[in-house]
Amino acid sequence: MNDFFRVAWHVVRKDMTVEIRSKEILLTTLLFAVSVVLIFSFAIVREGRAPDDVAAGILWVAISFAGTLAMGRTFERERYNDTLRALLLAPADRPAIYAGKLLGLLLLLGLVEIMLVPLVALLFNAPIFAFPGMLIALLVAGTLGFAAVGTLFAAMLVRVRSRDTLLPVLLYPITVPVMICGVRGTAALFQATPDEPMARLWMGILVAWDVIFVTLALWTFEPVMTE
Amino acid sequence: MKLVEGMQRVQRPLRVAALAAVLSVVAHPAAIEGSQPQPPKEFVPVDDIPQGEQIPAINMVAAAYGFVWVAVLGYVWSIARRLKHVEGELSELESRRK
Amino acid sequence: MRKLTTPFIGLSAGMLFVAPWIINAAPYESTMGLVQKVFYFHFPAAILFLASAIICGIASLRFLFFKKPTADAWAVASAELGLLFGAMTLVTGPLWARKAWGVWWVWDPRLTMSLVLFLIFAAYAILRKYGGPGSDKLAAGMALFGMLNVPFIYVSVNIWRTLHPMTSVVPTLPTEFGIPLWFCFAAFTMLFVALLNLRATLALHEARVEALYLDEDEA
Repeated sequence: MNDFFRVAWHVVRKDMTVEIRSKEILLTTLLFAVSVVLIFSFAIVREGRAPDDVAAGILWVAISFAGTLAMGRTFERERYNDTLRALLLAPADRPAIYAGKLLGLLLLLGLVEIMLVPLVALLFNAPIFAFPGMLIALLVAGTLGFAAVGTLFAAMLVRVRSRDTLLPVLLYPITVPVMICGVRGTAALFQATPDEPMARLWMGILVAWDVIFVTLALWTFEPVMTE
Repeated sequence: MKLVEGMQRVQRPLRVAALAAVLSVVAHPAAIEGSQPQPPKEFVPVDDIPQGEQIPAINMVAAAYGFVWVAVLGYVWSIARRLKHVEGELSELESRRK
Repeated sequence: MRKLTTPFIGLSAGMLFVAPWIINAAPYESTMGLVQKVFYFHFPAAILFLASAIICGIASLRFLFFKKPTADAWAVASAELGLLFGAMTLVTGPLWARKAWGVWWVWDPRLTMSLVLFLIFAAYAILRKYGGPGSDKLAAGMALFGMLNVPFIYVSVNIWRTLHPMTSVVPTLPTEFGIPLWFCFAAFTMLFVALLNLRATLALHEARVEALYLDEDEA
């Protein structure tokens, strides 16, 4: 078990070192997320005012779009340098490698969310400080469920043609349950009078989906990555 | 030639109109019930049907059954075509091997 | 197997052909009237839609974890049938709903997740068609995740109490509704089995053709 975390940590550290040097994925993903928010505001704002209860939806759409971009890019980097094969050849547990890639992606998306959430709150008047703990928990759990499937699929797509278009096509239908729970839970918190029990209910369902997704992804990573 | 073209020009709007008529009959807006009903817990049989009820519903039922038939027949046709093609290729390849 | 398939399809087609008469003989439902008769096609299609997701998932499991190459053919076959029966479910459902509920579509959990499952099958088909070599394992992983939706779709109406009739409707059906329902269900299931068989044969043949071409290239 100790070995598992050591390997995962090494993978995370490797990804972070590359990312800190170039900052490419972080900056492009962040800019993309902000653009998505902007485009949505063009689509829905009427006479200078946004309708109520849209902040949660916009936030999650931006997170899922940006997340897809980050996933594709992370593995594109591995493919370009042919380092994924080296990583898989390393005498380490495959699930540990998966966990490392997932953690790296989560850190990256977490950084994006730290800047994205206040922006959305500012633009759409969302009360993010009403229940900050619950909001953070929802964001973490939602991103985890989304990224767990995304990391697995992006890793598998490395060997497949037209991977850039296939990733969102495959990923979005599968992660719809997580997105629904995230949006509904966050929307309950972003109401004029935040509904914390409702958010808690959606959080429960979200955690259940997270457990299922992460378990299944850890379990299938080994056979699908074996040639 | 002119006549044929003229006929075609007349026929197109006619065809569009016929299609629209068929579609409007199929998609005839049935009387929308004011309040949304509760989810039925069980289906109860009944002998007498309200008279005005049957006409729009028959379109829905016919469209549903028609779609199922078309889908099944289309799929069977497509699978038969593909199977024939692949079997031809397979027999050709196998005869070439000998 | 092939010899059995043709009479199977003939029998189920015959049963489907006489089904309208049997359905016509069934009584009208008290609140929904004539349109409730869509149910006799909607229910079997929906059950087989879910069944194809399960078959696809189990076949993919065998392919991925037990290295059974033939299981992949069954996964492909059931995924394609999932598209077919999913389309039937998603078309007959709104036609019924338009009359019974007054709207074509509501975003209730069962309808939403059925649509999502249909999209998963569609994505699976696209991956199979355009993914090229190496996509079979990814497709198997995708099928495993898709299978997760099935229990959710099945129980959702009992948890959320939406407009959709509950699962308790079927076991409590009076006989005069039950006979045409199970008749149609039998016809649909036989059709499903026969088509699954044909499609799997097709996939196996395709794999064989590919292997023969590879052999020729090497020789």
